Amino acid sequence: MNKVTTLKRSQQQNAHIGCQVNREPVQVSVAPGKTLLEMLREDLQLTGTKHGCELGECGACAVLVDGEPILSCLYLALEAEGCSIDTVEGMALDGRLHPLQEAFADLGGAQCGYCTPAILLTCKALLDKQPDPDRDQIREALSGNLCRCTGYQQIFESVEEAILRLDHSEQGTDLKSVPGSGG
Amino acid sequence: MSKENSYSVIGKPRRRVDGADKVTGQTCFADDIMLPRMLHCKLLRSHVPHALIRSIDTRKAERHPGVKLVLTGRDFPNEYGILPVSQDEQPLCREKVRFVGDPVAAVIARDEFVAEEALELIRVEYEPLDTISDPVEALKQEPARLHDYSEEGNIHKRLSYEFGDVEESLANSAHVFEDIFFFEGNTHLPLEQHAAVGVPEAEGRVTLWSSTQCPHYVHRAVAKALDLPMAHVRVIATPNGGGFGGKTDPFNHEIVVARAALMLGRPIKICLNREEVFYCHRGRHPVLMKFRTGVDVNGALTAMHLQTLLDGGAYGSYGVASAFYTAVLQPVTYHLPRYAFDACRVFTNKPPCGPKRGHGTVQPRFGQEVQLDKIADRLKIDPAELRLNMVEKPGALTANYLKIGSIGLAECINRVTERSGWKDKYRKLPSGRGVGLACSSYLTGAGNSIYWNAMPHSGVQLKLDRSGRVTVFCGATEIGQGSDDVLVATVAEILGIDPLDIRCVTGDTDLTPVDLGSYSSRVTLMMGNAAIQAAERARDLIAQAAAQKFGADAEVIEFAGGRVFNTGRPEQEMPFQEAVVCAEEIYGSLGTTGSYTPAPPPGKYKGGGVGPSPAYSYTAAVVEVEIDTASGWITVPRVYIAHDLGRTMNPVLARGQVEGSVYMGLGEALMEESAFRRLPARLSGALVHREPSMLEYKSPTSTDMPEVITDLIEYPDDNGPFGAKEAGQGPLLPVIPALANAVYDAVGVRIDEVPITAEKILQALDSKARGGSGRVGPAKFPELEWPEPYRVPPPWEGGDGNAVNKPQRKRAAKMHDMDRFRKVTAS
Amino acid sequence: MMRLPRFHYYRPRDIREAALVLAGEENAMVIAGGTDLLPNMKRRQQTPRTLVALRHLDELKRVTNGSGLVIGAGVTLTDLVQDRGIKSAYRGLWQAAAQVATPHLRNMGTLGGNICLDTRCNYYDQNHEWRKAIDFCMKKDGAICWVSTGSKTCLATSSTDTAPALVSLGAEVELETAHGQRTIPLHELYRDDGIHYLTRSNEEILTRIILPDGAGTRSVYWKLRRRGSFDFPVLSVAAAIRFGAGGAVDEARIVLGAVASQPVLCDSASEFLNDRSLTDEVIEEAAALCARAAKPVKNTDFSPHWRKRAVARLAAYALQELRGDDMRATREKIARQAL
Ligand SMILES: Cc1cc2nc3c(=O)[nH]c(=O)nc-3n(C[C@H](O)[C@H](O)[C@H](O)COP(=O)(O)OP(=O)(O)OC[C@H]3O[C@@H](n4cnc5c(N)ncnc54)[C@H](O)[C@@H]3O)c2cc1C
Ligand code: SF4
Ligand code: FES
Ligand code: FES
Repeated sequence: MNKVTTLKRSQQQNAHIGCQVNREPVQVSVAPGKTLLEMLREDLQLTGTKHGCELGECGACAVLVDGEPILSCLYLALEAEGCSIDTVEGMALDGRLHPLQEAFADLGGAQCGYCTPAILLTCKALLDKQPDPDRDQIREALSGNLCRCTGYQQIFESVEEAILRLDHSEQGTDLKSVPGSGG
Repeated sequence: MSKENSYSVIGKPRRRVDGADKVTGQTCFADDIMLPRMLHCKLLRSHVPHALIRSIDTRKAERHPGVKLVLTGRDFPNEYGILPVSQDEQPLCREKVRFVGDPVAAVIARDEFVAEEALELIRVEYEPLDTISDPVEALKQEPARLHDYSEEGNIHKRLSYEFGDVEESLANSAHVFEDIFFFEGNTHLPLEQHAAVGVPEAEGRVTLWSSTQCPHYVHRAVAKALDLPMAHVRVIATPNGGGFGGKTDPFNHEIVVARAALMLGRPIKICLNREEVFYCHRGRHPVLMKFRTGVDVNGALTAMHLQTLLDGGAYGSYGVASAFYTAVLQPVTYHLPRYAFDACRVFTNKPPCGPKRGHGTVQPRFGQEVQLDKIADRLKIDPAELRLNMVEKPGALTANYLKIGSIGLAECINRVTERSGWKDKYRKLPSGRGVGLACSSYLTGAGNSIYWNAMPHSGVQLKLDRSGRVTVFCGATEIGQGSDDVLVATVAEILGIDPLDIRCVTGDTDLTPVDLGSYSSRVTLMMGNAAIQAAERARDLIAQAAAQKFGADAEVIEFAGGRVFNTGRPEQEMPFQEAVVCAEEIYGSLGTTGSYTPAPPPGKYKGGGVGPSPAYSYTAAVVEVEIDTASGWITVPRVYIAHDLGRTMNPVLARGQVEGSVYMGLGEALMEESAFRRLPARLSGALVHREPSMLEYKSPTSTDMPEVITDLIEYPDDNGPFGAKEAGQGPLLPVIPALANAVYDAVGVRIDEVPITAEKILQALDSKARGGSGRVGPAKFPELEWPEPYRVPPPWEGGDGNAVNKPQRKRAAKMHDMDRFRKVTAS
Repeated sequence: MMRLPRFHYYRPRDIREAALVLAGEENAMVIAGGTDLLPNMKRRQQTPRTLVALRHLDELKRVTNGSGLVIGAGVTLTDLVQDRGIKSAYRGLWQAAAQVATPHLRNMGTLGGNICLDTRCNYYDQNHEWRKAIDFCMKKDGAICWVSTGSKTCLATSSTDTAPALVSLGAEVELETAHGQRTIPLHELYRDDGIHYLTRSNEEILTRIILPDGAGTRSVYWKLRRRGSFDFPVLSVAAAIRFGAGGAVDEARIVLGAVASQPVLCDSASEFLNDRSLTDEVIEEAAALCARAAKPVKNTDFSPHWRKRAVARLAAYALQELRGDDMRATREKIARQAL
């Protein structure tokens, strides 16, 4: 064993982790064996990241690691070392909501709002890669995020509306075009 | 049809008032509360289904480093429960555990990890008792009894009612149909796991933050369970990450953290894991039902006798109400001249069932609508015609004395049949594809509180001052349905101001007037009416003041666009804020209140209190299915739904409620199931929830959800605020039977049992191919001894809402005498 | 919140170091994406004292062309799905990978982890408290098998999606220890034993998956599960066929997933297909042979009876697709996604 120069973390000592969270460098000391979810919520007080199962079965804890949506409940905090992490708290820029956030707020994409942070980030990753996905691609990208409230339809519509707004870089919403507004 | 919408806020698509918080992660759910010096709590739960607790040894756990406190049943003086008639729960079980998951001890420690380690160190000695896994076992003569107070053995409650001579009508009917159905239990599965934080306050008071739908009922339960004056307990409902009825009971973990906070003088948090959420349950009761229904030659109903048997699980919960709800709403949809029902709820060693979206009415609605499909099929009548011919009349008083207001059901039926191309599809699609129709109705708020009192069901308070800002206080709880939005929109409409100029404070028993909670679809109507009253009172004060200023009559003062003006002389106008200043100058500090109490129900017979509602919503749905006949695999490409919600408050939210209901209905129809498992009896006495996990309890994903075509139909009801009725529960009901009916249309088999799975369809297809019934479903309804029914003649048979007989009821055994017990254990 | 048990964590610099730690530490396991191991640890089904991390090892993340294709064990399922070469030349593998779990889990989960995925059983994939309530089974902490109380072995189900596809394609895997390496056909990595489901020793690291040249071979993968996402297979059929001149089958390999503790090779069906053209009758016959090879037990979603019935149907779909039929509509209904 003495040949091994490998980095070892003992189960007892806290680990010091350096990473970027929402574009800012962060140094944090966490108990070993904590997940990224626990680190974000408990050590960095970023409670916008939710949890519904902690076993990879609901998607509520999704955040972006180096731009990719992953489940923070199954990601060791130790492995976030050197990574860039995005949570919902970082989506708004300079006090202005991201078009996805605007559209979700306007079009019923968030009902109880518990699945919302993870869904927003998942959609952001999708749009960052593919600016113009169709309904099936949105559906597929969100197939790892359970929502018990909406039935997903208003979520899809919110994403589609955000795509339009991103295209036109429009602010403000024309709510007259909201589907279902007829009686 | 709906009147022209002349409102400025109501009915307009608008960003919900709490929308921005929800999309930025700012909404503070219960588990997001982090307080200085906060400790964490975990519960030790029974791993045996039914047993006496011999002893609990907590000494090792107490000594475990990081542990601050270990509690057991002895630390809690009183029982509690949601209904006054079933105060049968203990915060931690004292003498007996009744299902796997019943809590027996609590550890409060530095962090969750340490608390969990300490749980392992607690030794509990159990003396196992026989277990009851289903109603058939519960009805056996000498089973181990779960509760002493049950009516008889493990029969919790039996109900029997007769509205007119049903047997006579059945004998005279052109046809009588008899059908038995089964609806498997299922659960709410809110994405947010229940969490609560107990915070000690000065002088022995305590604050409890909790993800509850009913802070007022939790308030009562905590005070009772801990022997505290209600004035010393404050309950704050955090926004719920989904509720669906799963957070309407007071829960043991809430009482435990309140107690621990008081004992340790530090904030205590508990957040359940997913498995524990399955143990809280209070979900849909498994219900076996038998319908005997008479119709005339046109298929119109002549009489119905419904019997239901509910598997209640281990505790009372809302169960007595649930039992009523499996029967009382049948007459609200179609005209039913005579009606009788019997309902029986039993105790079993499983997590307690309770209210889930559509509380108790979903199961019999499934049965009734499938039976109507069978009737239409046999009589060769189009199912839409059959239903249109007997839609109940607006303003009707039903056989069981429910007073109906507006009814938009016929239009709902017409709308979904048009939209779906029903006429070209029903019985006309190629084999393997089918359409099905079903309808339903639902309450807009229960007419009675869960405990008897003559006070308002909802109260609203308004505070206004020279800043122009209006603050509205109400005990209602935001669970995702948009109650904060309804509250603000209502006040904004009446005061003619921007919703964004209103702050709302809700769900806080210290700060807000009582509202009974977010259940039974009551909030929009009851809170809305209270808000209208409070806002109108404020408007009147301001109008008086403005009128003085203008030298005009108060009657001519109008409020709109954030301004107050004289309708006769438009140049006389001022900003709302200035008008408030005028009012403050005249009247001093401004505050108004409003409240709402439903009218007393017309049914005066005992039990007539369950079912009445200020208004009923109506829904019709057409579901399309495609079935692979070789495997039974079922796909739902589209659902058409039309819902009469009286008046749309915010179309975005209303449609969200309807589509969310369709989603949940489809989950129940196709895959969701709270199933339980026994192991071979000679090897194990285990009785466990089969799959208490998000992975194995199947909630449809984005890929499983069909396209939903929604129509909001507006038949304003006189009792609703601006005419509004409910939209959050009713639309779930027709989806399930419509799907079952579509399966029949597609492949000619009847699945009289929910969920409707590929396995069952294949089994039915096999049976049909062999010349069998082509049906999968329960074969019989057990023989049960029913009590003498309350006989209440329907209004058209000279009835006045009273029973004409006085049936003898066996007196239920007296509830466990808690004080006596406490003295015994304390000594 | 479900919490992980305590463990030591190593971040080795290369495979050799990883192998050394694995050999030197008691009760050590490698962790790749962690999407199987971490839930198992939270439920206390697996409680390694030491974790040896592979996530950051670039040498495991390469996809290289040789006579066939060599895929590093650390390649994520998402990377695999996004590889155009794999999509066209090894369609069955691509369809399998694209149907694993969810997009998020595919972003994390690796091919190596998927191949080594723990076998599953709904008496076992439960929290510690639940397993205590039924009394533990022999796969962990107990002595009995609750699925079949008379069984001497554990019958937990092989639930990996990529393995059946890889086996049908004739994949080999390379295993490395501190002292050397060996390459074996993938199907020899598996054993029909729910506990000792791999022939891999604890010290071995799966490094590479080697696929033969795909030219001339068509492959497909059909998966059955309750929902269009999240769920493990309750049944899957992987099939690869090389067609000869004239359209008859030159060589066929059909493999079933989720019906035993290992991927099941349907030799009789595969042999039956040799030299035959895929007519409707031939397909039905081969599908029936497949159904005969399947022996599902009652430890997944859906009843074993129905799963067994569904084998023939799914196998027929797979063969129809290989024949060139347009199966998109059927796919859409069963997989709930276009593949
Ligand atoms: C909700 C959910 C749904 C899922 N659905 C599916 C599904 O539908 N189909 C499916 O196939 N899987 C599914 N999975 C399982 C899992 O996500 C995938 O199998 C994934 O590919 C595992 O890869 P990993 O890298 O995350 O494995 P890890 O968890 O890192 O490892 C899994 C096992 O393999 C071992 N291992 C990993 N890499 C190596 C290596 N290089 N050498 C030797 N041993 C190694 C580990 O020690 C461990 O025992 C699901 C998981 C969850 C949580
Ligand atoms: S098959 Fe038997 S031994 Fe194996 S995990 Fe399941 S119950 Fe346990
Ligand atoms: S919390 Fe459910 S997937 Fe992470
Ligand atoms: S909005 Fe409530 S879970 Fe999605």
